[in-house]
Amino acid sequence: MDRRQIAAIRWGYGFGPGMAPGDDPGSLLAGLSAPPPAALPPLPPLEEILSRARARRMANRAAREGDPRAEEMVAQTAADVRALRRELTERRLIAPLVSPHGFVERLVSFWADHFTVGARGLVLSLLAPHHVDAAIRPNIAGRFAELLTAAETHPAMLVYLDQDASVGPDSPLARRRGRGLNENLAREILELHTLGVGGAYRQQDVRELAELLTGLTTDLRAGPRFEPRLAQPGAETVLGRRYGGDPASMRDVIAVLSDLAVHPDTARHIARKLCVHFVSDRPDPDHVARVEAAWNASGGDLPAVYAALLDHPAAWAPGAGKARQPFDWLIAALRAFAVAPGRAETARILRRAPVWLARMGQPLMRPPGPDGWPEEAEAWITPQGLAGRIAAAQALARLQRDRDPREFVDHALGGAASAALRRAAAAAEQRWEGLALVLLSPEFNRR
Amino acid sequence: MPITRRDLLASGLAIGCSAAASPLMTPVVLAAAPGENRLVVIILRGALDGLDLLRPAGDPLLPALRPNLFAPDAPGHDLDGFFTLHPALEGLAPLWRAGQLAFVAAVSTPYRGRRSHFDGQDLLETGGDSPDGQLPPSRDGWLNRALRLIPGADLRTAFAVGQENLLLLDGPAPVSSWSPEAELPLSPQARLLLERLYARDPLFAEAAQRAFEIAEEASASATGGLKGAAALAAFAADRLNEETRIAAFSIGGWDTHRAQDRALPRALGELSAALLTLRERLGGNWDRTAVVAVTEFGRTVRENGSRGTDHGTGGTMLLAGGVLSGARVHGRWPGLGEGALLEDRDLMPTDDVRRPLGWLLAGLFGLPRADIEASVFPRLEMGADPRLLA
Repeated sequence: MDRRQIAAIRWGYGFGPGMAPGDDPGSLLAGLSAPPPAALPPLPPLEEILSRARARRMANRAAREGDPRAEEMVAQTAADVRALRRELTERRLIAPLVSPHGFVERLVSFWADHFTVGARGLVLSLLAPHHVDAAIRPNIAGRFAELLTAAETHPAMLVYLDQDASVGPDSPLARRRGRGLNENLAREILELHTLGVGGAYRQQDVRELAELLTGLTTDLRAGPRFEPRLAQPGAETVLGRRYGGDPASMRDVIAVLSDLAVHPDTARHIARKLCVHFVSDRPDPDHVARVEAAWNASGGDLPAVYAALLDHPAAWAPGAGKARQPFDWLIAALRAFAVAPGRAETARILRRAPVWLARMGQPLMRPPGPDGWPEEAEAWITPQGLAGRIAAAQALARLQRDRDPREFVDHALGGAASAALRRAAAAAEQRWEGLALVLLSPEFNRR
Repeated sequence: MPITRRDLLASGLAIGCSAAASPLMTPVVLAAAPGENRLVVIILRGALDGLDLLRPAGDPLLPALRPNLFAPDAPGHDLDGFFTLHPALEGLAPLWRAGQLAFVAAVSTPYRGRRSHFDGQDLLETGGDSPDGQLPPSRDGWLNRALRLIPGADLRTAFAVGQENLLLLDGPAPVSSWSPEAELPLSPQARLLLERLYARDPLFAEAAQRAFEIAEEASASATGGLKGAAALAAFAADRLNEETRIAAFSIGGWDTHRAQDRALPRALGELSAALLTLRERLGGNWDRTAVVAVTEFGRTVRENGSRGTDHGTGGTMLLAGGVLSGARVHGRWPGLGEGALLEDRDLMPTDDVRRPLGWLLAGLFGLPRADIEASVFPRLEMGADPRLLA
């Protein structure tokens, strides 16, 4: 691969119409200051999501209580939720499809995975995509502390990691209702989102952080907020530093997150994750060290971190060792075919996309756990995973049967196709089979 | 002297899941066949309410603890005068009568306290012993570690069925994996061209080769018409009728925080369909088969405010198959009375779920107890043989 191909394939979602040109760090970083893709419809407000979910629950309750109007309410609220879910889910596919700045979209996906929220169940199936566009996307070009705070305090995260069920054991409400502490969010903040599993924290830090987080809560009626009646009284000590005291407030939560964001263990953990995700399952230690140093020197200023990530020989080394994850693969395929929103055919493709992604082993926004998707190529290129790619490639190619595979092979890979792939694309029995071969080639599946 | 797969494993050449596809692994020298016994492990993800599956109907405290979930006038299918079976499992009554259904009551993993699904499931699948859910450093599945002890085991001996990566079978020993939903609709010419493209990329070449092999075998398994767990079971049974001896898959839908009376029968229906499909498709091999269904933890003894149950500790293990020692409820029942519950909320576990699993491995595959205690479930003391198998 040459630099232009590396910029598009390793650092972006592949070649597509309307993409910003560039083969150097500066042009990739320029996308960070661009506005969100214009073709993206407005994000449904959080209030609408909460009220639709609440209506759905009320209809269920009415049905259980034998309310005669329940049947109609259930049907109506279920249809409302379905429509909203589809709108939110399709945004996840449309944004990288239409954006001229593939690197920015890849960063959105990286951070969405770093701050995983599984879209399971009524509430999270709606909140998880909102989390990506409301908490992640607007904060990827600032300081990590801001991204961290936005990601942890969004209601999706509060529900996914049970913060909405955590109550200070000595708070007024716990004593009255017999509820207590839930350490889930605190533990994952330390283990997954900041210091990393090898970081300098102990169980006592998890517990104290969990107590410090009490008060932070959400529900379908009032949304996310800091509720002092739920907060554990008194100060807490996390990693040797005291936070809080009375009265408890949101300021304490922001303070501890801001400190965690610039902790050297956080820098080390996330620098390595960035290099692993973008460049290699076995990253160059010098590359990781440079990114880590940029994090520490800048206090977690993300554009500076990305600049260090891009400004290293390893970032532009020609060999493609990573496997494109199914989401990455699908977006690249749709971009190669210039699938554009607003057409009837696109709507059909977007409706089928979640099934394809599931068969390839990556159901949309539903990773197996809060640690997100695996990185290693071996986790994706399994017999059933590859069978899923074959089936999806063929289904997509059949929809594009008037394309000529001999042109498509250059278009899809920007000239990075091997001579063997060019020959194969031309030797297929039918045009669509040639197109599918391109999508299934190692060149198109690695980056 | 030929190099065997076990030599390679010992030399550390086989790493990670890619081992399944490494060219070094293909020419296996068979020291011995893994025998005729078969094991199916079903992971029930989401925490099955063991007290609703296997109901302690003879305990007078049950109706008060579960006013909406247990009706004394419709207690379920009577098993032994004390326990009854959830009505949604009525279809399994013939297995019980035939001595092919059993349970282990009040078991749990060593996981305590935090009751997180993913920690609980990871611990269940890795076979670790950390009460706070810390995984063993190797992060491989206990069934993969067991596989390494089975003489003559190869790539086909163990099969992970379904779309997910099963941690239970993950590790250095090569295993097969496939999802019955997967299809390979390639023309011969397209396949030929694809194989040529993959010739220079071993990862793709080996995954594709396995995919083509399995798809060919699988095309004989008519799972058409079957859905969900029954399709997984049918596919597993077809593999078990060939060279495979260990199959594993998972069934979800057990996290019944609300309206359990409606949510649980759906999941139980899946489980029941899976078991009945296995029995039917395995034919005569059912007599050499043990199926074990395990979950990450049990649920609260008392029903909650939304006619469901919350995350608990002690749960129920289900066993089925023709090699069982008979229709029995194994294990020591801790009771539901004052002081008998863990933290005044959960069924008190009276046994570690890994002990019956260890005894199954010993009985089915002849694994020495010392090896199980040393490497499959490190630091486990297996205790007395519960005689699960005939």
